[in-house]
Amino acid sequence: MLQLPPVVTFRVDLFLVLVTLLSLWTRLSNLGYPNAVVFDEVYYGQFVSLYMKRVFFIDDSGPPLGHMILALGAYMGGFDGNFVWNRIGAEYPSSVNVWSLRFLPALSGALCVPLVYLLTLELKFSHLSALGASLLLLLENSLIVQSRFMLLESILIFFVLLAFFSYLRFHNSPDSGSRFLWLLLSGASCAAAVGVKYVGLFSYLLLLGVAFLHTWNLIGDRTISHLSVCVECVCRGVCVLVVPVLLYVFWFYVHLSLLNRSGPHDQLMSSAFQASLEGGLSRITRGQPLEVAYGSQVTLRSSSSQPIPCWLHSHKANYPIRYENGRGSSHQQQVTCYPFKDVNNWWIVKDPGRQELVVSSPPRPVRHGDVVQLVHGMTSRFLNSHDVAAPMSPHAQEVSGYIDFNVSMAAQNLWRVVISNREAESDSWKTILSEVRLVHVNTTAVLRLSGVSLPDWGFRQLEVVADKMFKSHSSSVEWTVEEHRYGTSQEQKEREVELHTPTHIDVDRKISFWAKFFELQLKMLTMKQEDSEHKYSSSPLEWITMETNIAYWLHSSTNAQIHLIGNPVSWGVANLSLLAYQLLAAFYLMRRRRGFKDLPDGVWCQFVCLGCVCVGGWLVNFVPFFLMEKTLFLYHYLPALCYLHLLSPALLEHAHSHLLSSATHRHALRFCASAVLLSIFLSYRTFGPLTYGNPELTANQLQGLKWRASWDILYRHR
Amino acid sequence: MLSVRWALISMEESMKQWSTTDDTPKVRQRNIRSTGERKASTTLLKDKNCQTTGLVSKDDPRSSNGTCGRSAAGGRVGGDPAGVLLLMLVMGMSFSTRFYKISEPPHVCWDETHFGKMGSYYINRTFFFDVHPPLGKMLIGLAGYSTGYDGTFPFSKPGDKYEHHNYWGMRGFCAMMGSFLPVFCYLIVMELSLSHTAAFITATLLIFDTGCITISQYILLDPILMFFITAAVLSMVKFNQQMYRPFTAPWWLWLVLTGVNLAGALGVKFVGLFVILLVGLNTVWDLWRLFGDLSLSLGEITKHFLARVFGLILLPFLLYITIFAVHFVVLNKSGPGDGFFSSAFQSRLIGNNLHNASMPEYLAYGSTITVKNLRIAGGYLHSHWHLYPEGVGEKQQQVTAYLHKDYNNLWLVHNQDDTKSQSGTPNLVRHGDIIRLEHKETRRNLHSHLHEAPLTKKHFQVTGYGINGTGDANDLWQVEVCGGRKGDPVKVLRSKVRFRHRATGCMLFSSGKTLPKWGWEQVEVTCSPYLKETPSSQWNIEDHINPKLPNISLSVLKPHFLEILLESHIVMIRGNSGLKPKDNEINSKPWHWPINYQGLRFSGVNDTDYRIYLLGNPVVWWMNLACLGLYLVMVAVASIALQRGFLMGHKRREHCRVLRKDGGLLLLGWLLHYAPFYAMGRVLYYHHYFPAMLFNSMLTGITLDILLKSSDLLLHPPYCDWLQKVGQMVLLFIILYSFYLFHPLSYGMTGPLAHEPGNAMTGLKWMDTWEF
Repeated sequence: MLQLPPVVTFRVDLFLVLVTLLSLWTRLSNLGYPNAVVFDEVYYGQFVSLYMKRVFFIDDSGPPLGHMILALGAYMGGFDGNFVWNRIGAEYPSSVNVWSLRFLPALSGALCVPLVYLLTLELKFSHLSALGASLLLLLENSLIVQSRFMLLESILIFFVLLAFFSYLRFHNSPDSGSRFLWLLLSGASCAAAVGVKYVGLFSYLLLLGVAFLHTWNLIGDRTISHLSVCVECVCRGVCVLVVPVLLYVFWFYVHLSLLNRSGPHDQLMSSAFQASLEGGLSRITRGQPLEVAYGSQVTLRSSSSQPIPCWLHSHKANYPIRYENGRGSSHQQQVTCYPFKDVNNWWIVKDPGRQELVVSSPPRPVRHGDVVQLVHGMTSRFLNSHDVAAPMSPHAQEVSGYIDFNVSMAAQNLWRVVISNREAESDSWKTILSEVRLVHVNTTAVLRLSGVSLPDWGFRQLEVVADKMFKSHSSSVEWTVEEHRYGTSQEQKEREVELHTPTHIDVDRKISFWAKFFELQLKMLTMKQEDSEHKYSSSPLEWITMETNIAYWLHSSTNAQIHLIGNPVSWGVANLSLLAYQLLAAFYLMRRRRGFKDLPDGVWCQFVCLGCVCVGGWLVNFVPFFLMEKTLFLYHYLPALCYLHLLSPALLEHAHSHLLSSATHRHALRFCASAVLLSIFLSYRTFGPLTYGNPELTANQLQGLKWRASWDILYRHR
Repeated sequence: MLSVRWALISMEESMKQWSTTDDTPKVRQRNIRSTGERKASTTLLKDKNCQTTGLVSKDDPRSSNGTCGRSAAGGRVGGDPAGVLLLMLVMGMSFSTRFYKISEPPHVCWDETHFGKMGSYYINRTFFFDVHPPLGKMLIGLAGYSTGYDGTFPFSKPGDKYEHHNYWGMRGFCAMMGSFLPVFCYLIVMELSLSHTAAFITATLLIFDTGCITISQYILLDPILMFFITAAVLSMVKFNQQMYRPFTAPWWLWLVLTGVNLAGALGVKFVGLFVILLVGLNTVWDLWRLFGDLSLSLGEITKHFLARVFGLILLPFLLYITIFAVHFVVLNKSGPGDGFFSSAFQSRLIGNNLHNASMPEYLAYGSTITVKNLRIAGGYLHSHWHLYPEGVGEKQQQVTAYLHKDYNNLWLVHNQDDTKSQSGTPNLVRHGDIIRLEHKETRRNLHSHLHEAPLTKKHFQVTGYGINGTGDANDLWQVEVCGGRKGDPVKVLRSKVRFRHRATGCMLFSSGKTLPKWGWEQVEVTCSPYLKETPSSQWNIEDHINPKLPNISLSVLKPHFLEILLESHIVMIRGNSGLKPKDNEINSKPWHWPINYQGLRFSGVNDTDYRIYLLGNPVVWWMNLACLGLYLVMVAVASIALQRGFLMGHKRREHCRVLRKDGGLLLLGWLLHYAPFYAMGRVLYYHHYFPAMLFNSMLTGITLDILLKSSDLLLHPPYCDWLQKVGQMVLLFIILYSFYLFHPLSYGMTGPLAHEPGNAMTGLKWMDTWEF
């Protein structure tokens, strides 16, 4: 007999539902407005377009996950990548689904609000505090602005909060079976956070620190057997260390498998990398003979891409007899490095013992240690070096195309081929794969790209020298054969024709994913950022007091505009609670040290945990910016700000239940809190027009919103 | 050499034997300490060693045992002949290795060209500018002065022969400072680990490190700096040891000595800040410990706190200021560093054109002037025969700010229209007047226009324009005296003047950013559209030449001592951050250093030269690096063992304590002296690592000692002692042999380079990057 009917019990946290709905409404409503490129959309948009076209690019601002998420949104909206991202404020054509471009960042921004609610609960504070924290986040104008456009901060914040939430869920449920799933989720979100922006690394490190402390306590727990401690530690290690690393690599794997066509950034990469991309170099190099033989026609690319990638080049112009500073030269033909493809980049590898400039059959490959001469294809000059100071780097030798002026300057045109990445001593010189040093036989100097531009007489091309003193691991002495074919014509005229015809035949050359991953990662980390000052850039100290704002968008004809301005009241509250926490923590610590236990141990733990996550999170997301040399903006502060919004209500609750004893004081506190909340709401309403760009304000109203003299709000005089 | 080595080994051996035969008191002490661990320290107090110290037993048994052991070791110098002998041996070896061939090579080596020169400046009392605080150079100067060097040698470039000049005094002084390093490190490790072996390993590593020898043998700041650093750490450690006898005479002595050495370290180089940080952290930790000691009243804790504030903050600060006071008093003559400082500063210097200056009081038309920016280390308004390069605004003549005095700093003041007669008494320039500034040398006018400035993109470019003084309307500038009213004349030196560009309304501005190579690394000058009054947009007229006007004396500019102090610090800090790596130079990176990647050429390049190469003994350095990793493993194992509550004997527990506490202190020292370099933007050199290397060597001593002593984990009693002995011997032999191999690096090589046959160093070029 069935005693009870089948029952499904729902428990719905109405607070949670309410804040979720509100946050979806504030973040997602009218997402398509303005129908124009807003601020950094112009930057991220170009990458989204490249994803749609599957064209390879490098962006040194961060790992690829964030870009891929943006691209996913665009893909779902049917964006085809055909839009020129060239200026802020440009109108989107009707073919572009703006809503879908902005949907994913806005959604993650909206989900941050319920996450904060849950996170506060996991920090073991009450539902009321949780509601407070989520309201602070909900009414934070700067977060709304940052979420509503195709930008990455909201995604980053979402993953960071998710990581902490799931870690604490793991920690707070010691016996449940699914706890390691939470830890796994935490590790995955950490990987995602780091994958969106490198700044996520700091939050990850903080989480690792907290996890380490907890694990350390576990190790100290002598009631658990050694074996189970070991197993537990290994499991935790896998979840928060191994999984994130693997996932991080996985983002790159997806990135590289998506982008398989050559594009504008190709030249920053090595020849082998370029050859793995469709089109571009691989179209040219496909089917080239692999081994360089005597008589081969080659182009030599410098392995160093500093300052720009270039090819060994010569042309019918001589070094000036005297330089500007009075030094003399050999007046022989210039040899330079030229950053563009050109017929003058072709050189012929010649056997010093023979006259022929064609490949014999069978071809005789050049091996490591062989001595060769290099003949310039178009001018037939021999690559030469001698004891004459180079034009721009006088400590090094000049390299020239040899002309015999009969001034007792003999030709010194023998070069030894040293393959740096050889596997055996008898290795042959391979196209694209071999990195080769050309050692001058007479002087043991090495052919090197100095990286200095020549003056006008050298057409601003890059200087090439032969240098005895060089860093042995510097890539500037390494050269790679990029284009290659076997020469067939002995006559100069025929050869010129031959050199002008492009090469192609078919073969596929692969480099492994790991090689590509490490190359790309290294390039991203070492690429020099141009230290450009931006009109709205700011320094970290200005963020705390919100000295600056950023104008994101201005309507092309009216005063409607969008600014990144935070809610001034809640920023003030955040700063106050940060200060209050530190003072309170110092006070408690000193008292405990002197043996006064003001708080029961459970409450103290809760208080410390709050500090570790919130103040710690603020610190790791704020302090590192002081050491960074790149251009900084106000939006870099937003992750740190979220932690402070998490802190304020929790601190208030702490004060309410542990600091204030009399009922009147508590009433007063509650009243104050409500008043502050109300004023936060009012200031949110006040700055709403600058957040949503709607409705348009008059110049006077805008003037009224300029609460700080340093804010830059634009008026249009009509 | 060989015989010396043998003697050393046999001496060491005999000492070991001696200590094993005479080990009874030690054993007894250990037994007692282990029993005292468990019981109250009643038996402990009966022990003779402890009674003599007059120890007051505390409620924490372990720490009281520690102190007992410590005081037993502290009495070492008086009571333990083995300790005295070892210390004498270390001292003797240290001094003999540092002073051997001290006068070779008899020419200027590497940075001697700077620091020797600065020593001479002190002797000659000429003012100069350097990015380091003055104490080190003053000591060098003093050493030179007292050994009969007269300050006449120019030290103009490395390789110059000293000839008859007395340079050995200065070198000897530095070598003496450097000779104390192994001794101090020996004592520090002794205090921390209470182990002769650990201390002796450390001392051997440092004595036979070619890098430490080389850097101590020349006129450099580093030996002096490291002397103060190690002395500060030593006194700090000694002070820690006195913690159960607060406010006694030795307690005060070590506290004050710590403070004095901190001041010394900071007074030599700003790197001294790191050791201040180390001592500061240690003190905070110590205070926190005291604060948690409930047997102390708050009053006593306040006393402790104030004593440390006095000894470690106020005293060093006063000493540091005193150093600068002496510096300013000694250097009272004008010299090459004048231009870095403000006009007021320069008026102090005898021989400077501003000293007791007399010039026309008010700026007039037709005068030749120099214009100096008012920001500290601001530079003179300057122009020269070079154009802005393509792509940087208009391709017109550069206008920059330049820190040195130069005839290209001279400008002529002209009226708005030249037509006015130049005869008779010239008219004065007044607030609100519109003038034209003509560069005297190139005869171009100061000009600005609506093109963006080279570095500060929000500002406008300033150029030199026009031919022979004829330009256009963009050459006109309005003179504004800060705080002045219309019609006020412009006072030379005393008025703060701003130049407002007539056409665009912007202000002449010096951004303080260094231009790239095309601008000769001078400072950018722009025209700022922001009209806020900042020192960057304020200028003063410094030189003023007008034969038609009467000169008056200006004795108005006597700056206050604190103003000079502040200004010289800002100038130093600017100078330090201005030492940016050049484009085409090979830079040393911090990660190069611990792996001994590349050294520094001190002297000689070619095979005919007498060559000195600063490079650490690779065996020592790599051993240090390996021990750093080993230490981390060992401390992790020890910590986990403690945390899991494994049962350990007393000896093992003592090892854990040394590893965690004292090893931790040394590791912190290493980190503080190494990690900050990663965040520095300035040019870095290999020798910056040496202070960190000292800490690393001390850590190595402790680590290896404990590793060898833990050999009983592997083998049973008699064998483990043998293993320990064999290990120590092998270690000593390796260090000595590697020193024998690499000693030519420090004591000089001649003949062919190392990659060619026939040289003492053939086959020893283990890394391609070593250049010897």
